[in-house]
Formats: sequence, structure tokens, C-alpha cells
Amino acid sequence: METPRDLKYSREHEWVRMDGETATVGITDFAQDQLGDIVYLGLPDPGASVEQFGKIGEIESVKSVSELFTPVGGEVSEVNQAAIDDPEIVNKEPYGAGWLIRLRIADPAQFDNLLSAEEYEAHTTSEH
Amino acid sequence: MTADTSDTKVKAIAVTRDSEKLAAPPNLARDELGSALSFDRSMPGKQGILFPAMDVPESDLPPRAFLREAAPSLPELSQLDVVRYYTALSRLNYSIDSGFYPLGSCTMKYNPKIDEDIARLPGFAGLHPLQPEDTVQGVLRLFFELQDLFAEITGLHTASLAPMAGAQGELAGILTIKAWLEANGRAGRTRVLVPDAAHGTNPATAAMCGFDVVSIPTAADGDMDLAALEAALDDRAAALMLTIPNTLGLFDPNILRIVELVHGAGALMYGDGANLNAIAGQVKPGELGFDVMHINVHKTLSTPHGGGGPGAGPIAVTAALAPFLPEPYVIVDEEANSFRLVRPERSIGRLGAFHGNSGVLVRAYTYLRTLGAAGLREMSEAAVVNANYVQARLKETYTLPYDRSCMHETVFSGSRQRARGVRTLDIAKRLIDYGFHPPTVYFPLIVDEALMIEPTEAESKAALDAFCEAMLAIAREAEQQPELLRDAPHQAPLRRLDEATAARKPVLRWRPSAGAAQP
Repeated sequence: METPRDLKYSREHEWVRMDGETATVGITDFAQDQLGDIVYLGLPDPGASVEQFGKIGEIESVKSVSELFTPVGGEVSEVNQAAIDDPEIVNKEPYGAGWLIRLRIADPAQFDNLLSAEEYEAHTTSEH
Repeated sequence: MTADTSDTKVKAIAVTRDSEKLAAPPNLARDELGSALSFDRSMPGKQGILFPAMDVPESDLPPRAFLREAAPSLPELSQLDVVRYYTALSRLNYSIDSGFYPLGSCTMKYNPKIDEDIARLPGFAGLHPLQPEDTVQGVLRLFFELQDLFAEITGLHTASLAPMAGAQGELAGILTIKAWLEANGRAGRTRVLVPDAAHGTNPATAAMCGFDVVSIPTAADGDMDLAALEAALDDRAAALMLTIPNTLGLFDPNILRIVELVHGAGALMYGDGANLNAIAGQVKPGELGFDVMHINVHKTLSTPHGGGGPGAGPIAVTAALAPFLPEPYVIVDEEANSFRLVRPERSIGRLGAFHGNSGVLVRAYTYLRTLGAAGLREMSEAAVVNANYVQARLKETYTLPYDRSCMHETVFSGSRQRARGVRTLDIAKRLIDYGFHPPTVYFPLIVDEALMIEPTEAESKAALDAFCEAMLAIAREAEQQPELLRDAPHQAPLRRLDEATAARKPVLRWRPSAGAAQP
């Protein structure tokens, strides 16, 4: 299972990548593997304001429907329409083309509340 | 034939694999009948009925304002077209009358036909809910006796037939508990405890009734984690909602201890009757200490289910909770020597109009009376034996995460097949090719790649063997030809469907396509 070292992670199996004041959010390789074939994504509209660890939408796979949370708070600046149209790309490239939303982050200090790649891997081992 | 149907036919042929084409030519007659809607089969001028010449005086039409301008958009078909169309549709259906249906947790047992005969008697089927009580004494007597039968089976004091589905039974049961707590100075109890193995309706019910839901984990052996239960039991706990046996098909041997802990903390025991088929006639939940229990008559008592048809979810309660039951409730009026519908003294109120789906209750009553007490015990024994037979035949091939004898259902994990790149969903879809309805998959959530098999008491050893052989053959295919499973089903009229879009953007109404002939 892949866990890129340069990302931060939440216990709810989301990742976040910092790029200046913009954060990109997606679900982890572990999460997509557990979910199985993803068939539907419900994501917030651009402009929506979201809180750290708050619910931002839902993700449905052939197995179940799960809630999606955001690892950091802020204002949604972009939503990945390609992933909404073809949710399978979240299975194929969870850290790349399968990203979910981009945010203008509210408070960079929120990153301190997140897990490193090593900590996230330990979290998934204990949970599994 | 319209442009639309030709498209459908092309698609139907296109999904037939080349190898299958060599083995058997596409059955065009079947495709044509099975895939087109009655509207697509319409031909202008066709008629199902030829009216004789008029031999009664003509009368005037209603005023023009009440007349429609255009003819209704209905298909024009012959009687034979209509009969073949609906017969073809019915053959696309899969039901317990056509084959084995081991859908775990759903208890898809045979529905004896005598239940249908009795429910169709004019004295039951022809009643109007607003008839005066003295003209419906027969059905009221049946309700009264059925209330008693449910009280007897559950070991509780009183039963109410008012809830119209299992989930509504849960709602009624938790509202009854809430009313009792408020009346007994325990309104501050705001939490309902629900095991993580529970059906999703349990936490949903608790939340709908305004409670906070606390999840209780399952221990490694499949029983409730008692330490976690104890930790969650404080003066905020209102009730524990417990399914017994649980959704792993396991009877928790600590049940008496669990009840003691819950009652000791001042909370009540709610019994989810989903798995009553395993214990009916063997153990009475009321005697274990449950305070409320609902019964899914469509499961244990064999009333028809699937497809969201009319249901019933009666609840039974202790004497202390009886005054809070929903309305109406049937009593005997000794003075008038008759049966009457009444509102319990401190009732939580009505759950719907009239007395629920009475035809379903007549079927449940008939089922119980034809079985009798000894028959009911044999029923649950056979259900448990059948599930253990399937478990024993498959446990070497499929991973059994909780390896102990089960009650009425057994839960495997497809993890061994998953390692070959085959998911439980693929195994389920492949079973359709073998002619079986798949078991429940991906539930309970605590089992990875879960396959939940409930054979019920209705099946013979030959039927169970045929199913087990299919499961074993599929496990071999998973090793040797995994792609066969990933593309399954190959033999069904339709392959894998876009269920997510179908659920979110359902097309519920037929509309004429451009260029189609207008009737």
C-alpha cells in the first residue's frame, strides 16, 4: 500500500498536500482499497466553507456509502469534476488524478494536528 | 418496432461473449420479449378486446370542460402480446418460488400457500377499515389472538400489532422506552448503546428518537465486548439495542450478564427480532430479561417480502411498558362480549392510519397456527442445522473469521479469494450464473469482504449441496480463471448495472422517444 512521504494524513483516511496557500485533499490508497470500486462522489460546491475534520460529502463504493471529511479547514476553491464524472480514477490514482477538492486554507497551524506518513501507516496497521 | 428497441437488441447481442455465441446462438425471441417495454411493442390499430356492436341507448358525454383533448398514451397490443410480455417479465424475476435464496439476515423462507388462501377469504380481504366494530369481530379476534401469540413467543406481557414494518417496530419500541423513561424520572438518559455488528436501522432508530448513539465493539470471539459495555453504562444510558443471535449468526453466551449489567445501570433492553428464526420456540427473550422486542413477520413468520411491499413489525413489551404502546390495541370487552380497538392509557400515539397491513397479519397468524408450538421449534432447529451444514461444507475453502458453530446463518470472509484479486462482489455475481440468488455481501461491516449465508429451514439437503457445490466451484475458478468472476454474471439478462446512478437518477417514467410511433 502506497503512502507518499510528502503528504499529511487524517485518521479518517484522507491526505492533504500543501502548495502555498492552497491545499489539495484526497483519500488514501488504503481507503480506496478498503472501499473497493468507487461508484459515486458527493462533494461540496466551490465557495463552500469547511472546518477541519468536518464532513464535506460522501463516497459510495460497491460495498458501502461512507462520509468524507476534510483534514484541514478553509474555503473550497476547486472540485475535481473529472473524479465526479469517473469515480474509478480515485481507485486508480488516489494521490494524483483522483484528488477530490482544493481549499484556500484557513489556518496553516491545523497541519500540526495531522499524521505523518509513518504515523498514518501505524494507524492503518492497528485499525486493520 | 421503434428505433429504441432495435438499439436495445443490438446492445443485448453485443454483450454476449464470442465464445458463448459459438455454444448457443443468441435467443432473439427471448431478447425481443424480455428487453422491450410494452410501449415499444405497440403497433397502431392492435386491440386486446373487440367490443360487440352497441346494444344499449347512447348517453351524453360529460361537459366539454371535463373531457381530455388527446387520447391517452397507452400501448396498442393484442391479448397474446400482453400475456407474453408479462410472462416474459415474470421469468426475469428471481424469487423464493423459483430457487434457493440464501440472502443472509433476510430469512427468505418459503411462503406457504395456505397463508395466501386464508388472507384472500372475503371476510378478511373485503373489509373496509371504517366498518363498525361489531361487523369486524372476526378479524379483531384474529388480532387479539395474534397479540397473545406474540406475547407467548417473546415471553413478554403484551404485544401491539400497530407498527407496519420492522423499522417502524423499532421506532415504536424506542419511543415506548422513551415515554417510560420520562414517566419514571429518567428523562435525562440520552444515550442508546448499539453493538457495531447491529443492523443499520438500530442506530438510525435511536437517532430518529433523539438519542445519541454509542457503538459497542465486538470482541475477537464474536461476542459483545463486556468491558466496553460496562464502560458505556452510566446514568446517561437509556437502552441497549441488541440482536440475538447477532448478525454474525452467533448466540452470545453472556446474554444474562449483559442484561444484568444494563438493568443494573437503570437502562432497558431492546431486542431486535431480525434473527428470531434462530430461537423461536427455543428461548423466550422476555425470560432473558428483554423489555421490548419487535418481530419481523416477513422474516420469521414467512409473510412475503422483498420489493418493499406491505409489511408488519409488531412489538411486544413488559407489563410496565404496556400502557405506552402505540394505538390501536385489541381488547376483549367482557360486558359487551366483544372485541374492541382501544388506545392504551399513556399511548405514544398512532403510527399510521387504521390497523396497519392487516392482510400480512392474517398470513402470520395462519403460519403460526398451521405450525403449532412443536412445529415452530422444529422450524428454528432446522434453520440452525441447515446453516451449520453449509458452514461445515465451506469452511475449508472460505475463511470463517469467527470459527464456532452458528445459529441460523453463517458469515464467511472472501479474504482468501481477495488475495487472488477477486472480491466478494465478484463471487456473488458469479453465483447468479450458477442459478442462485447471491448471499448478503459486505455485511456485517465488522467482517472484511463479508459473505452472509442464511439458508432457512425451508431447503432440502439436496438444495444445500447444490449451493455448496457452486460455492466450491467458484472458489476453484477464483484460483484458475479470476477474470471469469470479475466479468460475471455472464448468463443473466443484464450484466453489471450502474447501481449508483440508478439510485440517484432513477428513470421512473417512460417517455416516447423522438421518431417513435405515437399511439
